Amino acid sequence: MPGLDYKALGVKVGLEIHQQLDTTHKLFCECPAELTDDEGDVFLRMLRPTRSELGDVDPAALFEWRRGRMYRYHAPPSHTCLVEADEEPPHPINREAVAIALGVAMALRSTIVDEIHVMRKTVIDGSNTSGFQRTAIVALGGAIEVGGKTVPIETIVVEEDAARKLGEQGRIVDYKLDRLGIPLIEIATAPVIETPEEAKRVALAIGRLLRLTGKVKRGLGTIRQDLNVSIRGGAKTEIKGVQRLELIPKVVENEVLRQVRLLEIKDELRRRGLTEEALREVRPVDLTGLLRASKSRVIKRALKSGGKVLGVKLPLMHGILGREVMPGRRFGGEVADYARFWAGVAGIIHSDELPGYGITEEEIERIAEVLGVVRGRDAFVLVADSEEKARKAIDVVIWRVKMALEGVPEETRAALEDGTTRYMRPRPGSARMYPETDIPPQPVTQDLLEEAKRYVPKPPDAVVKELVERYGLSKDLAEAVVDDERFRVIVEALERFKGSLEPSYVAGFFIVTLRGLRGEGLDTDSIPDEKLVEVLEAVAKGEVAREAAESIAGYLAKNPEASVDEAVEALGLRKMGREEVEKVLEEIVAQLRDEILKRGERAMGLVMGRAMAKLRGRADGRLVAEVAREKIREVLARRG
Amino acid sequence: MGEYHGYTGIVAEVLRKAGVKPGDLVRIRRGDGAEFEGVLMPRYSLSPGPYVVVKLRNGYNVGVRVDPSTSIERVGEVPRGKPGEPMPLVEGPLKPPRERVMIVGAGGTVASRIDYETGAVKPYLSVDELSLSVPELWRYADIDAMQVFQILSEDMKPSMWSRIVDEVARAIERGYDGVVVTHGTDTMAYTAAALAFAFHKGLPVPVALTGAQRSSDRPSSDAAFNLTAAVLTAARAPFAEVVVVMHGETGDSYALAHRGVRVKKMHSSRRDAFQSVNAPPLAKVLPYEGKIEMIDQRYRERGREELVVENGFHERVALIKHFPGDIASVIDALVDKGFKGIVIEGTGFGHVSSDAIKSLERAREEGVAVAIVTQTIFGRVNLNVYSTGRMMLAAGVIPLEDMTAEAAYAKLSWALARAESLEEVRRIMLTNLAGEMSGRHHLRLYTHTGRW
Ligand SMILES: [Zn+2]
Repeated sequence: MPGLDYKALGVKVGLEIHQQLDTTHKLFCECPAELTDDEGDVFLRMLRPTRSELGDVDPAALFEWRRGRMYRYHAPPSHTCLVEADEEPPHPINREAVAIALGVAMALRSTIVDEIHVMRKTVIDGSNTSGFQRTAIVALGGAIEVGGKTVPIETIVVEEDAARKLGEQGRIVDYKLDRLGIPLIEIATAPVIETPEEAKRVALAIGRLLRLTGKVKRGLGTIRQDLNVSIRGGAKTEIKGVQRLELIPKVVENEVLRQVRLLEIKDELRRRGLTEEALREVRPVDLTGLLRASKSRVIKRALKSGGKVLGVKLPLMHGILGREVMPGRRFGGEVADYARFWAGVAGIIHSDELPGYGITEEEIERIAEVLGVVRGRDAFVLVADSEEKARKAIDVVIWRVKMALEGVPEETRAALEDGTTRYMRPRPGSARMYPETDIPPQPVTQDLLEEAKRYVPKPPDAVVKELVERYGLSKDLAEAVVDDERFRVIVEALERFKGSLEPSYVAGFFIVTLRGLRGEGLDTDSIPDEKLVEVLEAVAKGEVAREAAESIAGYLAKNPEASVDEAVEALGLRKMGREEVEKVLEEIVAQLRDEILKRGERAMGLVMGRAMAKLRGRADGRLVAEVAREKIREVLARRG
Repeated sequence: MGEYHGYTGIVAEVLRKAGVKPGDLVRIRRGDGAEFEGVLMPRYSLSPGPYVVVKLRNGYNVGVRVDPSTSIERVGEVPRGKPGEPMPLVEGPLKPPRERVMIVGAGGTVASRIDYETGAVKPYLSVDELSLSVPELWRYADIDAMQVFQILSEDMKPSMWSRIVDEVARAIERGYDGVVVTHGTDTMAYTAAALAFAFHKGLPVPVALTGAQRSSDRPSSDAAFNLTAAVLTAARAPFAEVVVVMHGETGDSYALAHRGVRVKKMHSSRRDAFQSVNAPPLAKVLPYEGKIEMIDQRYRERGREELVVENGFHERVALIKHFPGDIASVIDALVDKGFKGIVIEGTGFGHVSSDAIKSLERAREEGVAVAIVTQTIFGRVNLNVYSTGRMMLAAGVIPLEDMTAEAAYAKLSWALARAESLEEVRRIMLTNLAGEMSGRHHLRLYTHTGRW
């Protein structure tokens, strides 16, 4: 964001990188650790808030429960068992996953704990059938070097991934259980990152390190970044679920901007003399009668279903709700998100967006009068819903405005696709974490440490050097391989086609060719690795021309169902055998008979021209030339 | 060197020497210089190994190895929170209907609190706690609750059945519209059958046993669902029988009320572990909708009978299972040990190996009642088809038709407590008292395996 001086603002960012591990089975059961399109059995459950020894319950859990939330779980038998269904206790922790995480810990020079204790972290949005996520610290401390700066690592954690949310229908939320239990490694850095770009660089470096273990999954959704962002005088905001690396700088930028703007709003409100006491005195007013004839669709809908329209004056707030806090997001939107979350209303209408929503100038005038709003000085908010919800929403609006007097509230926010964020829930106070008594502690034995050594990622520089030396790749290409999500697949392909394809061609196919296709807007990420290797296999066997690999990959990206064979067939790229080439040349020679008889062997150029126009990319040039010469000679011989 | 807050050996020694106890904020320095700071946790006894457990500031527990080079120092104390006014799950007062239900606690944790520090779970069965934690119960009845005892399911004994019978009878005499008994699930089927025999002569209201397959300290616990279904049954069911009310399927959609004499726990962990054997369930119970749908239309109606209690159970009854080895010696040993009744789960139709016939004869001579059920769970005993069976009959065994092993055990224990002779035991055992036997099995009764 131009004009923001991050250092001067005291920006502090910490990263939490979650990466799915590529293990043979899940973290606490023997189901395959992968997603599936398979359908499954469906069952409905509720989750309840549990009570602590001190008598209290988790407010967020209580809130979800009071809303009458039910969760509909879809459990494909191929990828889920009784453990995911919360119908059987978890099995002991997956040793392979622990070993991989310990390997990463060794590379980061972290302090490995001596005994791993699995904990339950309360999660009551239904994404875990048990109502908690199972999570365990395997190492503490350590550091990663990024751009000459040492970024301390705080914790390395192994935990289970949550169920996949499919959608919502009223109070029922649908989840698929295939993802539940896939092992994740979580690496958390200290909040020492100072700029948006640096945040991306650190995420990149950690992502690369994880890839170099050779034991992580790739593709959208397999790595997720959470960010903690704060500025001086602001508050720590936890931003969940940034799926694309490229989005990190934008998300940080927007959050910094939001905190700056919220602090500006705080100063402005104080300058105007708004106080908590003043807000304590405002009361909702029933405007239903006044707006009964309104043409506003929002209001009509609410009234039709027996609801009410309540309004409340927000003194001295003119223009504040309309202020932009991040691109495309006004302060009024922040307030509305609170009302949606805490009161369950569809939204609010505020005076800074009026006239609008079909509410006329005349109606605004009358609302202002009834609420005692001085236009140009005060603001107001309308809520149209059932009376109970509307009253609650007004309380929430006032509550959020009171927070504005203090600046930035502590929040958990969800990252959106465009790099903005929206309010998700309050930041959990002290983590609701307690021991998972169904799983015995796992001692970190010598055996386990030996196993972990296999997964210690080599330093990226060393890997680049190795690729250059072993395969003769250029340094640039080798670096690109190391940074590529398909690193492991590429290295396996280099080894497999050693001797049958030039390594630069193999690496180039993954790096240059696929990047080119991506540039054309094709989704090459979702082509399965095996299919790409099959394409190279076809080239190596001489079934298709080297140049054909690009169009085959393009076809596969456009037609996810197609096999490599089908792609080759559909594109007409199959290389012809001698017989087929002979057939084509016999035709050409027959057409050009007179010319050949006239020119003799010098007709070769003409014949080749015609032949290659038909056969380029489909037959080997040398073979075509050989057959052409033969056929010309046959014609000439018959004449003799 | 004794145990120290669950720690043993060198760890106990080091902790004692450092003068630290669970709850203290400690700093541990390992031989390699690594430091861990956190709150010292108690260790679950029976988990071996020289590790101390600390809760880090971020809430995670980790174990740190203790050897002679480890140093532990106390750096402070964490103030323990004081229990405040518990937060209710619903706002506003509870407005129960006029029905009154008594909840009798006999094990199983249907309401509990978790200590987030240690992970320890304490059961709380009081009306106050229930009204805060499972307020839905008051939709169907005004609730009272009392605890007879709090034991592990596997520690249940026939003498404890008597105490439960007494408490249930007292509640009925005091005019409650139904009684709920909370119970550990592992032996619930035995207790349910025992209660059914004790009340078989006269029961005016429903008695519903219930429990939890997922403990109540978890958000996903089935305790509240089951308890609500049981209270609904106790308050409104049209029948007056002893039933087990538990999940009917894996989801939270409906519960089933099974006759106490027909029910069996058929799965070690699933919510819908309980099934009726050789009989349909009595009713489907929908706790969210507040509905009860009868499955078996023949039942003892609520309010028709006066209360008649026949309490008392014999403790010296064994339940064994035939196996391919030396079953004869097991029967002999039980007779030697003074058991007065033996229920044998025989093979298929109910057989034991022919070399055990002599042991059966000896049991009869010593006045020991031997009753036979089948280890196939489903189906009926028939000792007339093969010669071994006929020899067993000649040796005096009592073939218990299609009775479950649990019902047979409870019934034999109940019969031995009141019969004067082996003949009378036989007569009681072969009389259908509470629906524990039936002569007719239709094809749909055997569906427990599902259909592929
Ligand atoms: Zn599984």
